[in-house]
Amino acid sequence: MRFLRDLALVAGKDLRIESRSRVALQQILPFGVIVVVMFAFALDADREFLERAAPGLFWIAVLLAALLAVGRSFSVEEANRARDGLRMSSLDPGAIFAGKAAAIAVELFVLEAVLGVAVVVLYDVSFTDVLLLACAAFAATVGLAATGTVYGVLAGGLRARETLVPLLVLPAVTPVMLGGTRAFQAALGLADDGWAWVQLLCAFAVLAVSAGIVAFGPLLEEA
Amino acid sequence: MKKVFLAVTLVALAATVYFALAVTPPRENQGGEAVRLLYLHVPTAWLAYLAFAVTAFASLLWLVPRTRRPEWDLLAGASAEVGVVFTALMLVVGSLWARPTWGTWWEWDARLTTTAILFFLYLGYLALRRTGATSDERGKRCAIAALVAFADVPIVHFSVTWWQTLHQPGTVFNERLDVKISGSMSATLVLAVAAFTLLYAYLTMERFELAKLEEGREEREVQRAIAERVASEGAVTA
Repeated sequence: MRFLRDLALVAGKDLRIESRSRVALQQILPFGVIVVVMFAFALDADREFLERAAPGLFWIAVLLAALLAVGRSFSVEEANRARDGLRMSSLDPGAIFAGKAAAIAVELFVLEAVLGVAVVVLYDVSFTDVLLLACAAFAATVGLAATGTVYGVLAGGLRARETLVPLLVLPAVTPVMLGGTRAFQAALGLADDGWAWVQLLCAFAVLAVSAGIVAFGPLLEEA
Repeated sequence: MKKVFLAVTLVALAATVYFALAVTPPRENQGGEAVRLLYLHVPTAWLAYLAFAVTAFASLLWLVPRTRRPEWDLLAGASAEVGVVFTALMLVVGSLWARPTWGTWWEWDARLTTTAILFFLYLGYLALRRTGATSDERGKRCAIAALVAFADVPIVHFSVTWWQTLHQPGTVFNERLDVKISGSMSATLVLAVAAFTLLYAYLTMERFELAKLEEGREEREVQRAIAERVASEGAVTA
Protein backbone atom coordinates (compact mmCIF):
# COMPACT_ATOMS: atom_id res chain seq x y z
CA MET A 1 0.00 0.00 0.00
CA ARG A 2 2.78 2.34 1.02
CA PHE A 3 4.59 1.27 -2.13
CA LEU A 4 1.69 2.42 -4.30
CA ARG A 5 1.35 5.69 -2.41
CA ASP A 6 5.07 6.44 -2.84
CA LEU A 7 4.88 5.44 -6.50
CA ALA A 8 1.99 7.83 -7.09
CA LEU A 9 3.81 10.62 -5.27
CA VAL A 10 6.98 10.33 -7.37
CA ALA A 11 5.11 9.83 -10.65
CA GLY A 12 2.84 12.77 -9.79
CA LYS A 13 5.86 14.96 -9.05
CA ASP A 14 7.55 14.15 -12.37
CA LEU A 15 4.35 14.61 -14.37
CA ARG A 16 3.61 17.87 -12.60
CA ILE A 17 7.08 19.15 -13.50
CA GLU A 18 6.44 18.18 -17.13
CA SER A 19 3.00 19.77 -17.20
CA ARG A 20 4.44 23.04 -15.87
CA SER A 21 7.75 23.16 -17.75
CA ARG A 22 6.22 21.72 -20.96
CA VAL A 23 9.59 20.35 -22.06
CA ALA A 24 8.12 16.95 -22.92
CA LEU A 25 5.18 18.49 -24.72
CA GLN A 26 6.99 21.24 -26.58
CA GLN A 27 10.32 19.52 -27.28
CA ILE A 28 10.21 15.73 -27.06
CA LEU A 29 6.83 15.31 -28.76
CA PRO A 30 7.66 17.49 -31.79
CA PHE A 31 11.03 15.74 -32.00
CA GLY A 32 9.26 12.38 -32.37
CA VAL A 33 6.99 13.74 -35.10
CA ILE A 34 9.86 15.30 -37.06
CA VAL A 35 11.71 11.96 -36.94
CA VAL A 36 8.66 10.32 -38.54
CA VAL A 37 8.66 13.02 -41.23
CA MET A 38 12.42 12.61 -41.82
CA PHE A 39 11.97 8.88 -42.44
CA ALA A 40 9.68 9.76 -45.33
CA PHE A 41 12.45 11.92 -46.81
CA ALA A 42 15.01 9.16 -46.31
CA LEU A 43 12.77 6.62 -48.03
CA ASP A 44 11.73 8.99 -50.80
CA ALA A 45 8.09 9.02 -49.65
CA ASP A 46 7.51 5.68 -51.36
CA ARG A 47 3.97 4.92 -50.08
CA GLU A 48 4.19 1.18 -50.44
CA PHE A 49 7.55 0.95 -48.77
CA LEU A 50 6.59 3.35 -46.00
CA GLU A 51 3.55 1.29 -45.18
CA ARG A 52 5.64 -1.84 -44.94
CA ALA A 53 8.34 -0.15 -42.85
CA ALA A 54 5.88 1.81 -40.68
CA PRO A 55 6.01 -0.46 -37.58
CA GLY A 56 9.81 -0.37 -37.42
CA LEU A 57 10.03 3.35 -38.12
CA PHE A 58 7.39 4.01 -35.46
CA TRP A 59 9.41 2.16 -32.82
CA ILE A 60 12.68 3.81 -33.82
CA ALA A 61 11.01 7.20 -33.38
CA VAL A 62 9.64 6.12 -29.98
CA LEU A 63 13.08 4.80 -28.91
CA LEU A 64 14.83 8.04 -29.82
CA ALA A 65 12.21 10.13 -28.04
CA ALA A 66 12.36 7.78 -25.03
CA LEU A 67 16.10 8.48 -24.73
CA LEU A 68 15.29 12.17 -24.48
CA ALA A 69 12.55 11.50 -21.93
CA VAL A 70 14.94 9.45 -19.77
CA GLY A 71 17.62 12.15 -20.00
CA ARG A 72 15.04 14.75 -19.02
CA SER A 73 13.72 12.68 -16.12
CA PHE A 74 17.20 12.52 -14.57
CA SER A 75 18.40 16.01 -15.41
CA VAL A 76 15.45 17.18 -13.31
CA GLU A 77 16.97 15.27 -10.38
CA GLU A 78 20.40 16.82 -10.91
CA ALA A 79 19.14 20.40 -10.56
CA ASN A 80 19.19 21.81 -7.02
CA ARG A 81 20.47 18.43 -5.81
CA ALA A 82 16.95 17.05 -5.96
CA ARG A 83 18.51 13.60 -6.05
CA ASP A 84 19.68 14.08 -2.46
CA GLY A 85 16.19 15.13 -1.48
CA LEU A 86 14.77 12.00 -3.07
CA ARG A 87 17.35 9.86 -1.29
CA MET A 88 16.56 11.34 2.12
CA SER A 89 12.81 11.40 1.64
CA SER A 90 12.27 7.99 3.31
CA LEU A 91 10.24 6.92 0.30
CA ASP A 92 10.62 3.27 -0.66
CA PRO A 93 13.49 3.18 -3.25
CA GLY A 94 11.64 0.57 -5.31
CA ALA A 95 8.63 2.86 -5.40
CA ILE A 96 10.80 5.81 -6.45
CA PHE A 97 12.00 3.69 -9.36
CA ALA A 98 8.48 2.60 -10.25
CA GLY A 99 7.21 6.17 -9.98
CA LYS A 100 9.88 7.61 -12.25
CA ALA A 101 9.39 4.78 -14.74
CA ALA A 102 5.61 5.26 -14.62
CA ALA A 103 5.96 8.98 -15.36
CA ILE A 104 8.19 8.22 -18.36
CA ALA A 105 5.73 5.54 -19.50
CA VAL A 106 2.80 8.01 -19.34
CA GLU A 107 4.78 10.51 -21.42
CA LEU A 108 5.60 7.78 -23.92
CA PHE A 109 1.92 6.72 -24.16
CA VAL A 110 0.98 10.26 -25.14
CA LEU A 111 3.87 10.35 -27.60
CA GLU A 112 2.84 7.01 -29.11
CA ALA A 113 -0.75 8.15 -29.56
CA VAL A 114 0.43 11.23 -31.46
CA LEU A 115 3.00 9.30 -33.49
CA GLY A 116 0.37 6.66 -34.24
CA VAL A 117 -1.84 9.32 -35.79
CA ALA A 118 1.15 10.76 -37.65
CA VAL A 119 2.04 7.34 -39.05
CA VAL A 120 -1.54 6.65 -40.13
CA VAL A 121 -1.81 10.02 -41.85
CA LEU A 122 1.68 10.32 -43.34
CA TYR A 123 2.46 6.70 -44.19
CA ASP A 124 -1.09 5.73 -45.15
CA VAL A 125 -1.38 2.64 -42.95
CA SER A 126 -4.53 1.06 -41.56
CA PHE A 127 -4.72 -1.20 -38.55
CA THR A 128 -6.70 -4.41 -38.51
CA ASP A 129 -6.22 -5.46 -34.88
CA VAL A 130 -6.47 -2.57 -32.45
CA LEU A 131 -6.44 -4.74 -29.30
CA LEU A 132 -3.14 -6.35 -30.32
CA LEU A 133 -1.74 -2.93 -31.09
CA ALA A 134 -2.72 -1.54 -27.69
CA CYS A 135 -1.42 -4.52 -25.70
CA ALA A 136 1.90 -4.55 -27.59
CA ALA A 137 2.32 -0.81 -27.12
CA PHE A 138 1.56 -1.08 -23.40
CA ALA A 139 4.00 -3.93 -22.70
CA ALA A 140 6.74 -2.44 -24.88
CA THR A 141 6.40 0.97 -23.27
CA VAL A 142 6.60 -0.40 -19.73
CA GLY A 143 9.73 -2.38 -20.65
CA LEU A 144 11.28 0.61 -22.36
CA ALA A 145 10.52 3.03 -19.53
CA ALA A 146 11.80 0.61 -16.88
CA THR A 147 15.06 -0.13 -18.74
CA GLY A 148 15.60 3.55 -19.40
CA THR A 149 15.06 4.38 -15.72
CA VAL A 150 17.53 1.70 -14.58
CA TYR A 151 20.25 3.08 -16.85
CA GLY A 152 19.25 6.65 -16.09
CA VAL A 153 20.01 6.22 -12.40
CA LEU A 154 23.05 4.08 -13.18
CA ALA A 155 24.60 6.97 -15.09
CA GLY A 156 23.05 9.64 -12.84
CA GLY A 157 25.42 12.34 -11.61
CA LEU A 158 28.23 11.32 -13.98
CA ARG A 159 29.85 13.85 -16.24
CA ALA A 160 29.14 11.97 -19.47
CA ARG A 161 25.55 11.06 -18.54
CA GLU A 162 23.85 12.45 -21.66
CA THR A 163 26.04 10.53 -24.07
CA LEU A 164 26.34 7.41 -21.95
CA VAL A 165 22.64 6.65 -21.48
CA PRO A 166 21.84 6.11 -25.20
CA LEU A 167 24.81 3.75 -25.59
CA LEU A 168 23.67 1.74 -22.56
CA VAL A 169 19.94 1.71 -23.31
CA LEU A 170 19.79 0.94 -27.03
CA PRO A 171 21.49 -2.47 -27.06
CA ALA A 172 19.61 -3.46 -23.92
CA VAL A 173 16.18 -2.80 -25.44
CA THR A 174 16.78 -4.88 -28.58
CA PRO A 175 13.94 -7.23 -27.56
CA VAL A 176 11.51 -4.28 -27.31
CA MET A 177 12.46 -3.07 -30.76
CA LEU A 178 12.07 -6.55 -32.29
CA GLY A 179 8.92 -7.47 -30.35
CA GLY A 180 7.20 -4.11 -30.82
CA THR A 181 7.92 -4.09 -34.54
CA ARG A 182 6.77 -7.66 -35.13
CA ALA A 183 3.60 -7.21 -33.06
CA PHE A 184 2.75 -4.01 -34.95
CA GLN A 185 3.37 -5.75 -38.25
CA ALA A 186 0.85 -8.38 -37.15
CA ALA A 187 -1.62 -5.69 -36.13
CA LEU A 188 -1.27 -4.22 -39.62
CA GLY A 189 -1.89 -7.61 -41.15
CA LEU A 190 1.68 -7.85 -42.49
CA ALA A 191 2.70 -10.79 -40.28
CA ASP A 192 1.22 -13.35 -37.95
CA ASP A 193 2.25 -14.49 -34.48
CA GLY A 194 1.61 -11.05 -33.00
CA TRP A 195 0.41 -12.30 -29.61
CA ALA A 196 3.50 -14.42 -29.11
CA TRP A 197 5.59 -11.26 -29.41
CA VAL A 198 3.32 -9.53 -26.92
CA GLN A 199 4.18 -12.33 -24.49
CA LEU A 200 7.86 -11.68 -25.05
CA LEU A 201 7.32 -7.97 -24.48
CA CYS A 202 5.44 -8.71 -21.24
CA ALA A 203 8.24 -11.00 -20.03
CA PHE A 204 10.81 -8.32 -20.80
CA ALA A 205 8.74 -5.68 -19.01
CA VAL A 206 8.36 -7.85 -15.89
CA LEU A 207 12.11 -8.54 -15.80
CA ALA A 208 13.05 -4.89 -16.33
CA VAL A 209 10.65 -3.69 -13.63
CA SER A 210 11.87 -6.30 -11.13
CA ALA A 211 15.52 -5.52 -11.86
CA GLY A 212 14.82 -1.84 -11.35
CA ILE A 213 12.98 -2.30 -8.05
CA VAL A 214 15.83 -4.43 -6.68
CA ALA A 215 18.73 -2.32 -7.99
CA PHE A 216 17.37 1.18 -7.44
CA GLY A 217 17.93 1.35 -3.69
CA PRO A 218 21.69 0.67 -3.74
CA LEU A 219 22.13 2.88 -6.82
CA LEU A 220 20.41 5.85 -5.24
CA GLU A 221 22.50 5.66 -2.07
CA GLU A 222 25.72 7.59 -1.74
CA ALA A 223 28.64 5.21 -1.86
CA MET B 1 56.10 -17.50 -12.53
CA LYS B 2 54.42 -15.04 -14.87
CA LYS B 3 57.25 -15.39 -17.36
CA VAL B 4 56.78 -19.16 -17.43
CA PHE B 5 53.08 -18.66 -17.98
CA LEU B 6 53.76 -16.27 -20.84
CA ALA B 7 56.28 -18.67 -22.38
CA VAL B 8 53.79 -21.56 -22.26
CA THR B 9 51.11 -19.33 -23.83
CA LEU B 10 53.41 -18.27 -26.65
CA VAL B 11 54.50 -21.84 -27.37
CA ALA B 12 50.86 -22.98 -27.45
CA LEU B 13 49.95 -20.13 -29.80
CA ALA B 14 52.90 -20.91 -32.09
CA ALA B 15 51.88 -24.56 -32.18
CA THR B 16 48.31 -23.52 -33.03
CA VAL B 17 49.56 -21.37 -35.92
CA TYR B 18 51.67 -24.26 -37.24
CA PHE B 19 48.90 -26.85 -37.02
CA ALA B 20 46.23 -24.52 -38.36
CA LEU B 21 48.25 -23.40 -41.38
CA ALA B 22 50.40 -26.41 -42.24
CA VAL B 23 48.88 -29.61 -40.90
CA THR B 24 45.10 -29.38 -41.20
CA PRO B 25 43.48 -29.81 -44.62
CA PRO B 26 41.50 -27.10 -46.49
CA ARG B 27 37.76 -27.73 -47.00
CA GLU B 28 36.13 -27.21 -50.36
CA ASN B 29 32.59 -26.44 -49.20
CA GLN B 30 33.74 -24.19 -46.36
CA GLY B 31 35.62 -21.59 -48.36
CA GLY B 32 38.69 -23.73 -49.10
CA GLU B 33 41.68 -22.34 -47.27
CA ALA B 34 39.40 -19.95 -45.42
CA VAL B 35 38.23 -22.81 -43.22
CA ARG B 36 41.43 -22.27 -41.26
CA LEU B 37 39.70 -19.24 -39.75
CA LEU B 38 37.82 -21.82 -37.70
CA TYR B 39 40.83 -22.10 -35.39
CA LEU B 40 40.60 -18.40 -34.66
CA HIS B 41 36.85 -18.00 -34.74
CA VAL B 42 35.82 -20.71 -32.28
CA PRO B 43 38.35 -19.78 -29.56
CA THR B 44 37.50 -16.06 -29.75
CA ALA B 45 33.80 -16.88 -29.45
CA TRP B 46 34.39 -19.13 -26.45
CA LEU B 47 36.59 -16.53 -24.78
CA ALA B 48 34.13 -13.70 -25.31
CA TYR B 49 31.52 -15.65 -23.37
CA LEU B 50 34.02 -16.81 -20.75
CA ALA B 51 35.27 -13.26 -20.22
CA PHE B 52 31.76 -11.86 -19.73
CA ALA B 53 30.84 -14.71 -17.40
CA VAL B 54 33.94 -13.90 -15.31
CA THR B 55 32.90 -10.24 -15.29
CA ALA B 56 29.41 -11.14 -14.08
CA PHE B 57 30.74 -13.50 -11.41
CA ALA B 58 33.29 -10.99 -10.12
CA SER B 59 30.57 -8.30 -10.06
CA LEU B 60 28.34 -10.60 -8.03
CA LEU B 61 31.15 -11.23 -5.55
CA TRP B 62 31.65 -7.48 -5.25
CA LEU B 63 27.96 -6.88 -4.58
CA VAL B 64 27.64 -9.48 -1.82
CA PRO B 65 28.83 -7.63 1.31
CA ARG B 66 30.59 -10.67 2.76
CA THR B 67 32.84 -11.17 -0.26
CA ARG B 68 33.23 -7.50 -1.21
CA ARG B 69 36.82 -6.58 -2.09
CA PRO B 70 37.98 -3.83 -4.45
CA GLU B 71 39.88 -6.47 -6.43
CA TRP B 72 36.64 -8.03 -7.70
CA ASP B 73 35.69 -4.75 -9.34
CA LEU B 74 39.10 -4.48 -11.00
CA LEU B 75 38.93 -8.08 -12.17
CA ALA B 76 35.45 -7.51 -13.63
CA GLY B 77 36.77 -4.53 -15.58
CA ALA B 78 39.92 -6.30 -16.77
CA SER B 79 37.98 -9.34 -17.94
CA ALA B 80 35.36 -7.23 -19.73
CA GLU B 81 38.06 -5.30 -21.56
CA VAL B 82 39.70 -8.46 -22.84
CA GLY B 83 36.25 -9.87 -23.63
CA VAL B 84 35.34 -6.87 -25.78
CA VAL B 85 38.59 -7.28 -27.73
CA PHE B 86 37.80 -10.95 -28.36
CA THR B 87 34.21 -10.13 -29.32
CA ALA B 88 35.46 -7.61 -31.87
CA LEU B 89 37.90 -10.21 -33.19
CA MET B 90 35.14 -12.78 -33.44
CA LEU B 91 32.97 -10.38 -35.47
CA VAL B 92 35.84 -9.47 -37.81
CA VAL B 93 36.97 -13.05 -38.30
CA GLY B 94 33.39 -14.24 -38.74
CA SER B 95 32.88 -11.58 -41.37
CA LEU B 96 36.08 -12.56 -43.21
CA TRP B 97 34.99 -16.17 -43.19
CA ALA B 98 31.44 -15.38 -44.26
CA ARG B 99 32.62 -13.62 -47.41
CA PRO B 100 34.10 -16.65 -49.23
CA THR B 101 31.62 -19.11 -47.69
CA TRP B 102 28.28 -17.32 -48.00
CA GLY B 103 29.24 -14.54 -50.40
CA THR B 104 28.40 -11.71 -47.99
CA TRP B 105 30.24 -9.95 -45.18
CA TRP B 106 27.24 -10.00 -42.91
CA GLU B 107 24.13 -12.09 -42.51
CA TRP B 108 21.36 -11.42 -40.00
CA ASP B 109 21.98 -14.79 -38.49
CA ALA B 110 20.87 -15.11 -34.87
CA ARG B 111 24.35 -15.77 -33.50
CA LEU B 112 26.01 -12.98 -35.44
CA THR B 113 23.33 -10.50 -34.45
CA THR B 114 23.41 -11.48 -30.78
CA THR B 115 27.19 -11.14 -30.83
CA ALA B 116 26.97 -7.66 -32.28
CA ILE B 117 24.48 -6.61 -29.59
CA LEU B 118 26.72 -8.22 -26.96
CA PHE B 119 29.63 -6.16 -28.26
CA PHE B 120 27.69 -2.92 -27.85
CA LEU B 121 26.33 -3.90 -24.42
CA TYR B 122 29.84 -4.35 -23.06
CA LEU B 123 31.20 -1.36 -24.91
CA GLY B 124 28.65 0.61 -22.89
CA TYR B 125 29.81 -1.14 -19.73
CA LEU B 126 33.42 -0.13 -20.42
CA ALA B 127 32.33 3.45 -21.12
CA LEU B 128 30.55 3.45 -17.76
CA ARG B 129 33.76 2.27 -16.08
CA ARG B 130 35.73 5.16 -17.52
CA THR B 131 33.50 7.90 -16.14
CA GLY B 132 35.25 9.38 -13.14
CA ALA B 133 33.88 8.36 -9.77
CA THR B 134 35.30 7.11 -6.51
CA SER B 135 36.22 3.44 -6.63
CA ASP B 136 33.34 2.40 -4.36
CA GLU B 137 30.80 4.36 -6.35
CA ARG B 138 32.17 3.01 -9.61
CA GLY B 139 32.24 -0.51 -8.23
CA LYS B 140 28.57 -0.40 -7.36
CA ARG B 141 27.37 1.11 -10.61
CA CYS B 142 29.51 -1.17 -12.73
CA ALA B 143 28.67 -4.35 -10.82
CA ILE B 144 24.96 -3.72 -11.27
CA ALA B 145 25.44 -2.76 -14.92
CA ALA B 146 27.43 -5.95 -15.55
CA LEU B 147 24.75 -8.13 -14.01
CA VAL B 148 21.94 -6.36 -15.90
CA ALA B 149 23.87 -6.77 -19.16
CA PHE B 150 24.56 -10.43 -18.43
CA ALA B 151 20.87 -11.07 -17.68
CA ASP B 152 19.89 -9.25 -20.86
CA VAL B 153 21.98 -11.46 -23.15
CA PRO B 154 19.70 -14.56 -23.05
CA ILE B 155 16.59 -12.44 -23.75
CA VAL B 156 18.33 -10.69 -26.63
CA HIS B 157 19.49 -14.03 -27.99
CA PHE B 158 16.02 -15.52 -27.67
CA SER B 159 14.28 -12.63 -29.38
CA VAL B 160 16.85 -12.43 -32.15
CA THR B 161 16.68 -16.18 -32.78
CA TRP B 162 12.93 -16.01 -32.95
CA TRP B 163 12.97 -13.00 -35.24
CA GLN B 164 15.48 -14.72 -37.48
CA THR B 165 13.58 -18.01 -37.73
CA LEU B 166 10.40 -16.12 -38.62
CA HIS B 167 12.16 -14.23 -41.35
CA GLN B 168 14.32 -16.78 -43.11
CA PRO B 169 13.72 -20.33 -42.05
CA GLY B 170 16.35 -22.92 -42.89
CA THR B 171 19.15 -20.69 -44.09
CA VAL B 172 22.67 -21.54 -45.09
CA PHE B 173 23.78 -21.32 -41.52
CA ASN B 174 23.08 -24.88 -40.65
CA GLU B 175 25.80 -25.69 -43.09
CA ARG B 176 28.24 -23.76 -40.99
CA LEU B 177 27.19 -25.44 -37.77
CA ASP B 178 27.99 -28.72 -39.44
CA VAL B 179 31.60 -28.14 -40.35
CA LYS B 180 32.55 -31.82 -40.38
CA ILE B 181 35.53 -31.98 -38.13
CA SER B 182 37.83 -34.91 -38.08
CA GLY B 183 41.29 -36.01 -36.99
CA SER B 184 43.84 -33.24 -37.17
CA MET B 185 41.12 -30.61 -37.35
CA SER B 186 39.56 -31.43 -34.00
CA ALA B 187 42.96 -31.79 -32.35
CA THR B 188 44.00 -28.37 -33.70
CA LEU B 189 40.74 -26.87 -32.52
CA VAL B 190 41.25 -28.18 -28.99
CA LEU B 191 44.80 -26.84 -29.04
CA ALA B 192 43.61 -23.46 -30.32
CA VAL B 193 40.96 -23.16 -27.60
CA ALA B 194 43.53 -24.05 -24.93
CA ALA B 195 46.14 -21.63 -26.29
CA PHE B 196 43.69 -18.76 -26.51
CA THR B 197 42.34 -19.47 -23.04
CA LEU B 198 45.90 -19.15 -21.73
CA LEU B 199 46.22 -15.90 -23.66
CA TYR B 200 42.97 -14.65 -22.10
CA ALA B 201 44.19 -15.53 -18.62
CA TYR B 202 47.52 -13.81 -19.23
CA LEU B 203 46.00 -10.64 -20.66
CA THR B 204 43.40 -10.40 -17.90
CA MET B 205 46.08 -10.88 -15.25
CA GLU B 206 48.23 -8.14 -16.78
CA ARG B 207 45.29 -5.79 -17.12
CA PHE B 208 44.23 -6.51 -13.55
CA GLU B 209 47.67 -5.68 -12.20
CA LEU B 210 47.80 -2.51 -14.25
CA ALA B 211 44.40 -1.45 -12.86
CA LYS B 212 45.65 -2.12 -9.36
CA LEU B 213 48.72 0.04 -9.94
CA GLU B 214 46.50 2.80 -11.33
CA GLU B 215 44.31 2.66 -8.22
CA GLY B 216 47.39 2.78 -5.99
CA ARG B 217 48.75 5.79 -7.83
CA GLU B 218 45.50 7.71 -7.46
CA GLU B 219 45.41 6.85 -3.78
CA ARG B 220 49.00 8.06 -3.28
CA GLU B 221 48.36 11.28 -5.17
CA VAL B 222 45.35 12.06 -3.00
CA GLN B 223 47.36 11.35 0.14
CA ARG B 224 50.20 13.60 -1.05
CA ALA B 225 47.79 16.42 -1.90
CA ILE B 226 46.24 16.17 1.57
CA ALA B 227 49.67 16.18 3.20
CA GLU B 228 50.73 19.26 1.20
CA ARG B 229 47.53 21.04 2.08
CA VAL B 230 47.92 20.26 5.78
CA ALA B 231 51.55 21.39 5.69
CA SER B 232 50.74 24.71 3.96
CA GLU B 233 47.83 25.43 6.31
CA GLY B 234 50.10 24.63 9.24
CA ALA B 235 52.63 27.14 7.90
CA VAL B 236 49.94 29.85 7.60
CA THR B 237 48.56 29.37 11.11
CA ALA B 238 52.07 29.26 12.51
